[in-house]
Amino acid sequence: MAERFKLTVNGAAADIEADGNAPLVYVLRNDLGLKGARFGCGEDQCGACHVLLDGHAVPACDTPLWAAAGKHVVTVEGLGTRGRPHRLQQAFLEEQAGQCGFCLSGILIAAAALLERTPSPTEADVRSALERHLCRCGAQNRTIRAVLRAAKESA
Amino acid sequence: MSTPARSSDATETRLPGNLQANRRLSQWLRITPEGVVSLSPGKVELGQGIITALGQIAAEELDVDFARIRVIPVNTGTSPNEGVTSGSLSIQDSGTAVRHACAEARAIYLAEAAAELGVPVETLRVDDGRITAPNGRHTSYWALAEDALLDREATGSVAPKRPADYKIVGRPVPRLDLPDKILGRPRFIHDLVLPHMLHGRVVRPASRGARLVALDDAIVRAMPGVVAVVRDGSFLGVLAEREEVAVKAAQALAQRATWDERDTLPAGDALAQWLRSAPRETNVVEEHAFDVRPACTYSATYSRPFTAHAAIGLSCALAQWRGTESVAIWTHSQGVYNLRTDLAKVLGLAADGVAVTHVEGAGCYGHNPADDAALDAALLARAALGRPVRLQWTREDELAWAPYGPAMIVDLSAGLDASGNIVRWTLENYSNGHTLRPGRGSTPALLAAWHLERPFEPPVAMNPPLPGGGTERNAVPLYDFPRRIVCHRVTDMPLRTSALRALGAFANVFAIESFMDELALAAGVDPVEYRLRHLKDERGRAVIEAAARRMGWSARQKAEGRGFGIAFAKYKNLGAYCAVVAEVEAEREIRVRRLTIAADVGLAVNPDGVANQMEGGAVQAASWTLKEAVKFDRRRVTSTSWEEYPILRFSEVPAVDVEILNRPEERAVGAGEAAQGPVAGAIANAVFDALGVRVRDLPITPERIVAAMG
Repeated sequence: MAERFKLTVNGAAADIEADGNAPLVYVLRNDLGLKGARFGCGEDQCGACHVLLDGHAVPACDTPLWAAAGKHVVTVEGLGTRGRPHRLQQAFLEEQAGQCGFCLSGILIAAAALLERTPSPTEADVRSALERHLCRCGAQNRTIRAVLRAAKESA
Repeated sequence: MSTPARSSDATETRLPGNLQANRRLSQWLRITPEGVVSLSPGKVELGQGIITALGQIAAEELDVDFARIRVIPVNTGTSPNEGVTSGSLSIQDSGTAVRHACAEARAIYLAEAAAELGVPVETLRVDDGRITAPNGRHTSYWALAEDALLDREATGSVAPKRPADYKIVGRPVPRLDLPDKILGRPRFIHDLVLPHMLHGRVVRPASRGARLVALDDAIVRAMPGVVAVVRDGSFLGVLAEREEVAVKAAQALAQRATWDERDTLPAGDALAQWLRSAPRETNVVEEHAFDVRPACTYSATYSRPFTAHAAIGLSCALAQWRGTESVAIWTHSQGVYNLRTDLAKVLGLAADGVAVTHVEGAGCYGHNPADDAALDAALLARAALGRPVRLQWTREDELAWAPYGPAMIVDLSAGLDASGNIVRWTLENYSNGHTLRPGRGSTPALLAAWHLERPFEPPVAMNPPLPGGGTERNAVPLYDFPRRIVCHRVTDMPLRTSALRALGAFANVFAIESFMDELALAAGVDPVEYRLRHLKDERGRAVIEAAARRMGWSARQKAEGRGFGIAFAKYKNLGAYCAVVAEVEAEREIRVRRLTIAADVGLAVNPDGVANQMEGGAVQAASWTLKEAVKFDRRRVTSTSWEEYPILRFSEVPAVDVEILNRPEERAVGAGEAAQGPVAGAIANAVFDALGVRVRDLPITPERIVAAMG
């Protein structure tokens, strides 16, 4: 049954009419046109769809719309833009951290949550924060370097 | 041959690379008055960075700033037909064509400029497209821009630049595609939205040999938002206005379908036995005379299991019919023309009734279900009354129904003389064919085609011809000793197999390089020294020495539970040279700590791109080596989630250190598939060094190590 839900996405109010059980990832991608959260498994096993929900990184594929109602959602688009990239995005560009890039949105979100709670992470902290994120291209080392670079440059 | 025959005009010049088959300059590039160079290669971006590297080559030959290059998406309407983006061939085949096409375009524009400025052509200088005469008068590509100038065949008569003069090629230019991917902007096929688009999902058969015998779909048809249930024989799918409704409807449909099932798969624990006894075709690749009698002989058998591509992004396609005679397809296929051939066959259309456009997908690592998804979308869209349909696979189907890299067994035996040198070597291997791509067979190689009411016969995987080969790829070691190499292609195909990165080279190099270490041990010789002793090829020796030196091989510290191993190959025996030293720690499980790689790809067009490909290939190969195997029972694949098909995680990824031996005067070759075999061999050898246990069956899991301790 379609109902109305109000939430805040990347700082803007969003008013959605949909089934409350609809996974948040489809609402973001199809209703709001925010394609940054990628769909990889639908089972909270790969991390490609992670978004910040009130500051916590969660899988948007496994979060029903009703659970996001009244909360603040931040997608990778909300981190930064071409003109004003987030320091993580800048660092990923500088390290050329990525190959196909499909996993990057979720990784950037998890890394943003990490830097929020641990501004100067160790390499082990970064690996641990990204443990739920799969990267099939094997770009993990560049990714780790990029997160450490972003942390260092803001310190 | 599936490629169209070309007229065999004896006077026709043989043109370089893929210019030979796509001879008009206008197929490759366009210069616009707005100051842009539109480059139109027929190779597609897979996350490997190819459009950036081809853009560098174009900017270099034209003498324009790299920022002026725009790469046009590949499509069957206008792009050159460069076949499939595979085999680490894009830099050499497409890169060569782009290099020569752009050199020739530059010459044509300079001739125009010389006429306009009234000076001899050889006095002109080009700087970012601005063409200047010695007297200071100038014009530019953009001022002269005229499509008719390039609407002619290449002549092959213009020499491209000398590598010594390169300013853009050979530099680590940032990738063109990465900013969108890092900013989360729409770029993937999954992100494409067409007006009035419907969402589609397919319900795959319950098991491999299953046929749909009954379907009660009334409840599903009545679900709000469901537009159609589509059934054609055992092909079943649904269309809905919203994506989550399509997902729910497909799940409901699966519960209301009755399938007739049967056993079609070999027993998982008897794979080797099945491979040895199944019908096959035999290829004697090399057969030397064995003149020297060995003092002693050794033999061993190695194997790898069926292995999944397992992309993080799901296969996806969009389709839209215009009437019944024409369909437009958006796909992340690696070969739009080949896909078009098979789509036309299944849909009963003329080839020009199918328009295929490439849109970037997630990394594919070989032949994944991208092409299958295109047919799925086209079949579902028939019920959409002209509306476009976006079709996406599920994670479960992606792991259960994709083509797999074939399981292989490799039997090796060798004879050593009294000084431990190899005087005879025999390799005999067995696997299904390594390629079953669309557009090459008499029947379509697209999954849904085999499930229709009037089904097409599934084709059997072939091997690409030598010298590349499939089962044969890298079966011949680069070392110098007399040998017999015999490769068997198994022609029963219970699980669909096709190209997975490196094809047969992965298992063959793993086996050859493991066996080299076993022989070195028998001979009592250091593994690096033993390889060099049997290898004359100077570039091969150089990468082995470089990897060993960079890692500090001769000063390596032996410690409890720690081991080092080396391995080497030249991809396809005609591509990149690569040597790898692995450092592992063995406790309850194997941890690869570091992979040190030395590679020679000839001219490195984009050194950071080469390093990225080497690093990624190495990490993926470490994952194959330590973790991966497709699991199945007698009816179906059972490893259908990331829990059942684990891949290497962040905490497990080794450090990768790459040294590129740049050789600007040597032919540029691909980097994406060179490291895989050597990584597996190096890890296996390091595990032996650490534990004294030789694991010959991949993956090297704790259970396998215990079993090998026997």
